[in-house]
Amino acid sequence: MDFWYLAELTVNGALTGLLYALFAMGLVLIYKSSSVPNLAQGALTMVGAYAVLEMGRLLGAPLWLAIPLAAVAMFFLGLGIERVALRPLAGRPIIMILMMTLGLDIFLRGTTMAIFGGSSRPMGLGVTYDPLFVGPMLISRIHLIGALVSLAVFVVIVFFFRTRTGVRLRAISDDYMASWSVGISVERGVGLSWALASVSAVAASVIWGEIQGVDQSLSLLLLKGLTVAVLGGLDSVLGAVVAGIILGILESVGSNFLDPLVGGGSRDLIVAAVLVLTVLLRPHGLFGRHDIERI
Amino acid sequence: MFYRQSGIRHTDYVSDSKLFPIPADRNLLLLILLIALAAPFILAPFYVNSYILPWLIWTAAALGLNLVIGWAGQLHLGYAALMAVGAYTSVHAARFGIPWEGALLIGGALSAVIGSLFAFAALRVKGLYLALTTLALQFVMDWVLSHSPTITGGSHASLQAPTFRLLGQAITSDAGRYYVALGWCVLVTIFLLNLRRTGLGRALVAVREKDYAAAILGVNSFLYKIIAFATSAFIAGISGGILVVCYYFLVTPEQFTVAVSIQLLAMVIVGGLASIIGTYLGVGLILLAPGVVNRLFGALAGYFDLRFSPETFAHIPNAVYGALIIVFLIIEPMGLGKIYRNIRDYLLVWPFDQLKK
Repeated sequence: MDFWYLAELTVNGALTGLLYALFAMGLVLIYKSSSVPNLAQGALTMVGAYAVLEMGRLLGAPLWLAIPLAAVAMFFLGLGIERVALRPLAGRPIIMILMMTLGLDIFLRGTTMAIFGGSSRPMGLGVTYDPLFVGPMLISRIHLIGALVSLAVFVVIVFFFRTRTGVRLRAISDDYMASWSVGISVERGVGLSWALASVSAVAASVIWGEIQGVDQSLSLLLLKGLTVAVLGGLDSVLGAVVAGIILGILESVGSNFLDPLVGGGSRDLIVAAVLVLTVLLRPHGLFGRHDIERI
Repeated sequence: MFYRQSGIRHTDYVSDSKLFPIPADRNLLLLILLIALAAPFILAPFYVNSYILPWLIWTAAALGLNLVIGWAGQLHLGYAALMAVGAYTSVHAARFGIPWEGALLIGGALSAVIGSLFAFAALRVKGLYLALTTLALQFVMDWVLSHSPTITGGSHASLQAPTFRLLGQAITSDAGRYYVALGWCVLVTIFLLNLRRTGLGRALVAVREKDYAAAILGVNSFLYKIIAFATSAFIAGISGGILVVCYYFLVTPEQFTVAVSIQLLAMVIVGGLASIIGTYLGVGLILLAPGVVNRLFGALAGYFDLRFSPETFAHIPNAVYGALIIVFLIIEPMGLGKIYRNIRDYLLVWPFDQLKK
C-alpha cells in the first residue's frame, strides 16, 4: 500500500462524502426546523431528477434552464407535502411521523416509477469520465464538481440563516413554542424548510443522476445521507459537511481493506456500522444539540 | 344493539377483569372463529391459499411487532430481519433432521436471542434514534444474509424447505397448511388478548407511557424492554418459519428485506397501535388492497381502452400502498382499530344515546 494510492482513496472518498453531505443537508434543514426525520428525502431526490429531465423534455428547455425550473417546481412540491401530509400530524408521536415519511417515500417512488418506468436515463450534464490527474492521483471530475456544488450549497445555507427569514427558522428550531408566542408563523417556517429541502434535493439529484443515472437507485442514497446527518448531529449543517467527509473517507479507505476479506460489498456494512455506533455512543452526533428530557 | 350492556353487572374484580366483559364480544369472536375453521370448505381453494393464509401468517407476525411498538412503545424497523433469522434457522434445523416442531421452536429461540440484542440499543436510546438503530441493524442483517453462502446458499440462491410434518403427520394439503397458520395466529392472538390483564402487560404499558416514571414506580423498565423485544422476536421467528413452510416453500434473502420491515410497520400503524382487531384489519388492507386496486385499474384500463406499459402496472400497487398509508395517517392516525372501536361504542348504547339529544 503506497502513500499515493491511499491519498487517492482519501481524496476521492472525501469528495464522495461531500456529495453525501449535499444529500444530507436536505435532511438537516427539515429536522432543524420541525424535528421531523424525513425518510422521504431519497424519493424527493429521485423526483427532483425526473423533474429536471421532464422540464427538458416537455418544455424543450436546455439543462441550465431546466434545473432552476425543476427547483421551482420542487419548491412548491415541498410546500405541498408539508401542508397536506405533515401538518396534520404535528404533535403526534414520532412513530406516526416516521411512518408518514415512509409512506411518502413509497408513494413518491411508486408514482414516479409508474409514470416514467424503471429504466435508467442519463442526466446529460456532459461531464467527461476522464479522470483529472493531480500528481500521481486520479480524481473523478464529476465528483469534484459535485463537491464544489455541495460546498456552494453549504455556503448559501449558512448565509441564508443570517437573513431575516433564516433567523426566523433558527428561532423555530430553537424553541417553537417561544417562536409562536412572539408571533413567528411556525407553520410557514416549517413549510419553507420543506420547500428548501426539496430544492436542495434537486441539486443532489443532478449530481447523483449524472454519476449513477436517473432511476430508482437514487432513493437508496437515503441510508448514507441519514448516516451522515446523524453522525453530524441531525440539526447541524456544518456537522453534515464534516460528517460527510468523514464517512466518505471511512467508506472509501475501509472498503478497500475490508472488501478482500469479506468478498466485496463492505461499503454498506461500514455505513450501517457507523450509524449504529454513532447512535449508541454519541446520539447527538458531532455537532448536534443535546436533548434534555423532562419527566 | 348487539352489545347490550343491560343486565351485565360485575360485582367483583375477577368478573370485572374477565377477558370479555360483554358476552357479545365473545360471541362475535366465536362466530368469526367458526367461519375461519370452516373456510377451507366454504371458500374456493384459491382464496384460501392466496389471500386468507398469508393474511393469517402476516397477522401473527404483525401482532408480534405491535407488542413491541404498540404495547411497549419501542420503535422497531428491523422486524423482518428477525423473521429471516427464524425462517433460516428452522429450515436449516429441519434439513438437519430435527422434527419441525423442534425446528420452529429453535428458530423462534434464536430469533429471540438476536432480538434481545436489539433491546440493548433500546437501553441507550429511544424514539427516533432507536428507529434508526434498528433500521441499521436490518441493513446489517440483509448484508450478512446475502454474503454468507453457508446460511443462504449464496446471494441469489434459495433454500428449499423439507416436507412439513407435525406430530408425525405430513402436512401437504392446502387445508392442513391453512389450519397450521390459523392455529399459530389464534395462539398469538390469545396471548396478546390476555396480555393487558396481566402484570406484564401493565408494566409494558407503563414503560411505554414514560420509562423514567415507570422506573420510579419500581418497574424495571430495561428488563421489560428486553422482554418485549425478545417476545416479539420469538413470535417473529416462528411466524417467519411458518411463512416459509406454509406459503413460500423456499426461503431467499429477498423475502425479508427492509421493505418488508416497513410493510409490517405500515400494517401495525394503519391497523392501530396496541389494537388486536386493528392489526387484523391493517394487515388485510395493506396486504390485499394494492392487488385489488391493480385489478380494478386493469379492468378500467380495459374498459376505456387505455394502454399502459407493463411497468406502469407493476408500480401502481406501490403507489397505492404508499397513498393508503398517507391517507390513513391523515384521516385516522389511530388506525382501523380506532374506527372499529368508534362503531362498537356507537352500537353499545344504540338507540339510547339518540334520546339524550
